[in-house]
Amino acid sequence: MASTTAAVTRPSGTFGERFVRFWDRYLLFIYTGFAVAYLMLPVAVMALFSFNDPAGKSNFVWQGFTLDAWQNIFEVPGLENAVGISLGIAFVSTAVATTLGTLIALALARHDFRGRAGTNLFIFLPMATPEIVLGASLLTLFVAIGAPPFFPLSFITILIAHIMFNISFVVVTVRARLAGFPTHLEEAAMDLGANELTTFRKVTFPLILPGVMAAGLLAFSLSIDDFVITNFTSGGTVTFPMFIYAKARIGIPPQVNVVGTIIFLTAVGLVAISTIASRRQTMRDEKMARRQVADAN
Amino acid sequence: MGGFLRRHKGAIPYLLLAPGLLWLTVFFVVPGFQMFMTSLWSGTLETGYEFALSNVSNYTAALTRFWPQFSRSILYGGAATLLTFAISYPLAYTIAFRGGRYKNLLLFLVIAPFFTSFLLRTISWKIILGDTGILLGPLKGAGILPDEFRVLATPIAVIFGITYNFLPFMTLPIYVSLEKIDRRLVEAAEDLYASTLGAFRRITFPLSLPGVFAGSLLTFIPAMGDYINAELLGNPETTMIGNVIQNQFLTQNNYPTASALSFILMAGILVAVGVYARLLGTDELAGGA
Repeated sequence: MASTTAAVTRPSGTFGERFVRFWDRYLLFIYTGFAVAYLMLPVAVMALFSFNDPAGKSNFVWQGFTLDAWQNIFEVPGLENAVGISLGIAFVSTAVATTLGTLIALALARHDFRGRAGTNLFIFLPMATPEIVLGASLLTLFVAIGAPPFFPLSFITILIAHIMFNISFVVVTVRARLAGFPTHLEEAAMDLGANELTTFRKVTFPLILPGVMAAGLLAFSLSIDDFVITNFTSGGTVTFPMFIYAKARIGIPPQVNVVGTIIFLTAVGLVAISTIASRRQTMRDEKMARRQVADAN
Repeated sequence: MGGFLRRHKGAIPYLLLAPGLLWLTVFFVVPGFQMFMTSLWSGTLETGYEFALSNVSNYTAALTRFWPQFSRSILYGGAATLLTFAISYPLAYTIAFRGGRYKNLLLFLVIAPFFTSFLLRTISWKIILGDTGILLGPLKGAGILPDEFRVLATPIAVIFGITYNFLPFMTLPIYVSLEKIDRRLVEAAEDLYASTLGAFRRITFPLSLPGVFAGSLLTFIPAMGDYINAELLGNPETTMIGNVIQNQFLTQNNYPTASALSFILMAGILVAVGVYARLLGTDELAGGA
């Protein structure tokens, strides 16, 4: 390590210098520990309060341990329905946005064309727009074309909105994956007589699959968590976040914390599995490449 | 299909772009345009609306009437952006330069909390920061803090909530730009007798500035538009422009004023993005190499 050798060859320096080195060596790690604890604290509190036995409606003060909420998750009226709607919207919007976004990412990463810079900017804009503006502007559109006959604010309008805000995130994620791969694999396939579609199916798609999965996961978690845009486009449809918001004033039943904890654990589990799977894949690819090099020699 | 593609190779990228960009045009650009038109309406839901260019007075009226909320948004958003920077930089630095084999695990730990619902996270802070909650309760019991001391329902709690909720938008871009730095540059500086601090100030920090800019933009924008933190952690005196927009749209049905407010917010952001794109190029924006 460069900093260690430098410390040995140089005199110990001023107090400031010594402090910086101390900071560099120990405090950064202590700091990181505190930072991770700070990030995790609300999640821990959410999970803890799913075991609370609240006295009244409000679940803000710890009263005592119970498994009641976990055993009767859908005892709260409306919760099951809200979770179902959220899952449905998340699945459909993820499927559509991942498809549309992956196609754009392929164009941006694999083709040179007029209007590329403009497309980059265009893809960035929805991500740079505050959610409230995205939701509000869609509402003005639905209001202007006379919401009820064309778009009754409902499942469909929520879906339209979720696909819209997810496309850009998919593009960015898939593109990041493609940026790491040179184009010569595809060129080799074409040289060997494969046409565009075969090349895509046999070479490009397997390469980007981990990126597409990651993008899908991101889109799903953004969709299932979205409140602001949904609030503007939902009409009377109640998604899980809308349900939480409505209950926030009168007191959140611990069952909501149970569902929140389950969603959190599922997402973390899926990310862990997909990370491990893609690392295995990379290791297998490297091994195969090494073997081919060895065979060639 | 294959024959067509071979004859018109130049068409492929446009065919790939078409469906997604069409969706974004219809449900992002057109609504933006409609919002602009709506902002020049006059009238109410009951009487019907009428479009007139002279209704540009909607903008000045909205800006004057809701200036306190606008300035509060800028203030809270700015303070939260500074705080996320202060918290994120050492964190991103440690992960990028000292993470070693734990790099991916640490990154995962930074992102993991954000798989929890935004609303539930914020409500958790309400529990933690409560007047007799798990943080202040013991301190008050021990007599360290006076009984009337409070964090919840103050501007501090709102800024704190925004800082927490948008932290990864700052941490990740800074991490990415630190990770890209060629370590040999730092080593060369230290070999040439730069102090640890000197090498950081002259090499590492300047090279990480694109990440700092990107992170600031990505944090400040949603922070400006946020209203959940102000609503759940604040009081009626801490409302931000987002609270006004949501109230005017969904409760008052005052679409023209609400649209004008949204448009002012959006225009400010477009200027910021424009300056950013001019400084750093558009490839950085869409996460290109």
